[in-house]
Amino acid sequence: MQATRDFSHYVRHLDSGLSHIDLAVEGVSCAGCMSKIERGLAALPDVTLARVNLTDRRVALEWKEGTLDPSRFIDRLAELGYKAYPFEPVRAEAVETEQASFLLRCLGVAAFAAMNIMMLSIPVWSGNVSDMIPEQRDFFHWLSALIALPAAAYSGQPFFRSAWRALKARHTNMDVPISIGIVMALGMSVAETINHAEHAYFDAALMLLAFLLAGRYLDQSMRRKTRAVAGNLAALKAETATKFVGADEISVVPVAAVEAGDIVLLRPGERSAVDGVVIEGQSKIDQSLITGETLPVKAGPGTSVYAGTLNQSGALRVRVSAAAEGTLLAEIGRLLDNAVQARSRYVQLADRASRLYAPVVHAAALLTMLGWAMAGATWHDAIITAIAVLIITCPCALGLAIPAVQTVVAGAMFRTGVLLNSGDAIERLADIDRVVFDKTGTLTLPELDVTNAADVPAETFELAGRLALASHHPVAAAVARASGARVPLTGIEEIAGKGVRGIVDGIDVRLGRPSFCDAEDIAQKILGGDPEASVVAFRHGETRHVFAVRQRLRADAAGAITTLRKAGIEVEILSGDREEAVRHAAETLGIHEWRAGVTPADKIARVEDLKRQGSKVLMVGDGMNDAPALAAAHVSMSPVSATHLSQATADLVFLGERLAPVIKAIGFARKALRLMRQNLWLAAGYNLFAVPIAIAGLATPLVAAAAMSGSSLLVILNALRAHRGARELC
Amino acid sequence: MEVLVFLVPLALTLGALGLAGFLWSLKNGQYDDLEGAGWRAIADDEPFAQNSPPGRLGPDIRTP
Repeated sequence: MQATRDFSHYVRHLDSGLSHIDLAVEGVSCAGCMSKIERGLAALPDVTLARVNLTDRRVALEWKEGTLDPSRFIDRLAELGYKAYPFEPVRAEAVETEQASFLLRCLGVAAFAAMNIMMLSIPVWSGNVSDMIPEQRDFFHWLSALIALPAAAYSGQPFFRSAWRALKARHTNMDVPISIGIVMALGMSVAETINHAEHAYFDAALMLLAFLLAGRYLDQSMRRKTRAVAGNLAALKAETATKFVGADEISVVPVAAVEAGDIVLLRPGERSAVDGVVIEGQSKIDQSLITGETLPVKAGPGTSVYAGTLNQSGALRVRVSAAAEGTLLAEIGRLLDNAVQARSRYVQLADRASRLYAPVVHAAALLTMLGWAMAGATWHDAIITAIAVLIITCPCALGLAIPAVQTVVAGAMFRTGVLLNSGDAIERLADIDRVVFDKTGTLTLPELDVTNAADVPAETFELAGRLALASHHPVAAAVARASGARVPLTGIEEIAGKGVRGIVDGIDVRLGRPSFCDAEDIAQKILGGDPEASVVAFRHGETRHVFAVRQRLRADAAGAITTLRKAGIEVEILSGDREEAVRHAAETLGIHEWRAGVTPADKIARVEDLKRQGSKVLMVGDGMNDAPALAAAHVSMSPVSATHLSQATADLVFLGERLAPVIKAIGFARKALRLMRQNLWLAAGYNLFAVPIAIAGLATPLVAAAAMSGSSLLVILNALRAHRGARELC
Repeated sequence: MEVLVFLVPLALTLGALGLAGFLWSLKNGQYDDLEGAGWRAIADDEPFAQNSPPGRLGPDIRTP
């Protein structure tokens, strides 16, 4: 049965009679790849646009409608040596792209206004100390107002909106003092201009906006880039389902195009991409990604199948179900909802700082006004001085102190293979004192691996690997992968339930059950030493070998655990797997605290328990059964191989086959928190120096402008130190 | 000082032109791939641009 691939779900039809598709491409990293891909695709007839986006690692393609099948592009890219897959922009990503471009527009407007007002301000500052006549000064001030007011009204929107939302919810955030500062500065400047005064602060207000918008934009674009990469990874998993379109006719469609009620075929060795119920066939299913249990379970008509489970032996027909009908999924969904609701809202460092900052500064301004009024100044002068205090206390450095560090650290984490899902994850990750690991797929690699490869001669191993390529069975696939064999043998016969056989140079070769290869004695010996392993036997003439296959611990797991311990972080395992399997892993890694056979509800209960004891828990897990605990923990991480649900719930996602990114992320987060605190102190120290000047009534617009740029530069330079990363976890 | 009557509007017009240019280029999608754009500038030959006239990457790509 040759299945056709149907990508029509991803194709968009443009008004101009063209079709459009976006592909995520793996391995585009240089200018060379870019032109190779564009040229290679443009060579196809009727293609009107082929453009690589090197930042997002994607290709946009357009062609005359109805002339080409999109799978041609994927084949063509495969010929060129690139793996590609259609990409469907997620809603969140579209929203973020829109926000980023709005911030950039605001930044453009604010920067334009700030520079042009500065051009008008400098003549006033120099004119004030030489021969400028008041009419000229007023003219320049009015011009400044003409630019500043509309520009601030437009580009201040991100701050005003956020401040308004916070005030409506009856709390304050960093945008409240920023908005008050800007509005006060503009209002006072207009009043002063009307009064023909010497000083106006239009330039200060706009410069403040431009600096802060630059910080926000960088933050946003970093997050957008992370999300784009995460989106590509999801697309490149190329999750497809084999759908029955007729009685016996099948078509390979993207998962997004499968609907409830459809019937799909699940072949041996295939991971299910859908939830559903088996209607025909018998097989064993590996549910380790869902429950953590590594022993496969039997499946037959009526059994529920979950997305992410691996079909091992027989072909199954599965009816796709709409919602989680299975009790397990429904239970997990319910727990997850509760955990998300119960999660007490973490108050970000920036907001905590502004809670302290805003009342102090606003009180200082009020006292300044009253003080001057009592000292005999006119109300007008007293109010002007008070507003100058507000302007010079400059939420500028304060507003940049945290986003600047976040941006730099998010970039550094990105390069070590950690993607941030939520903005405040860095701060929360910095204060953890306990890590709770799931075992299956988190401490171990999700794929099976051959453990006794060293005992098998290289030639034999390769031959076995080439033979294994003919089989779909996951255990055989593990042998093929471990051997590195590329060329399958020809003329192979598959004997259902036993294995595969063929003839090489006149000698019989077999791979399969030990009984099929006459190797039961060797298999018994291996199973005696490692009862957890699955075995697969190989026979070549009279030579016999048995491969032990099991999920292996990540290569650096032991080292990572030791590093965590040394840093004073407690480690424990919460696994849904059987006791023997968990004990073995825990002993190998030297972890004393572990729990086996844990249900999703128990996991969440344990995390809540630790929370009550005052622990700040980092939960690392990949399975569906971990999702509620991930949501309940102080902060959570999951490997990129995790189920959708876990990845969406986790605050951070790490890539690759090692645990090192987890350790590095903690190191970076701790360094980031230190720098954020330093930055806040720098901003506070600067205020200590500037406020007396303003209270004394000596803060001219020139002083305000210099102080503002100086302090902003200082916090940005300090934030850049996060780049160098954390050398060790401390 | 009467020269200010020319110079100030002139300066502002030039600034506004710059801003308009920026907003146009932003809308035109020229900031969508800063990394790639950097490499394209030094590529030996323009790969497959003849079929994508300027403005081709405009809003129609983003509208579903």
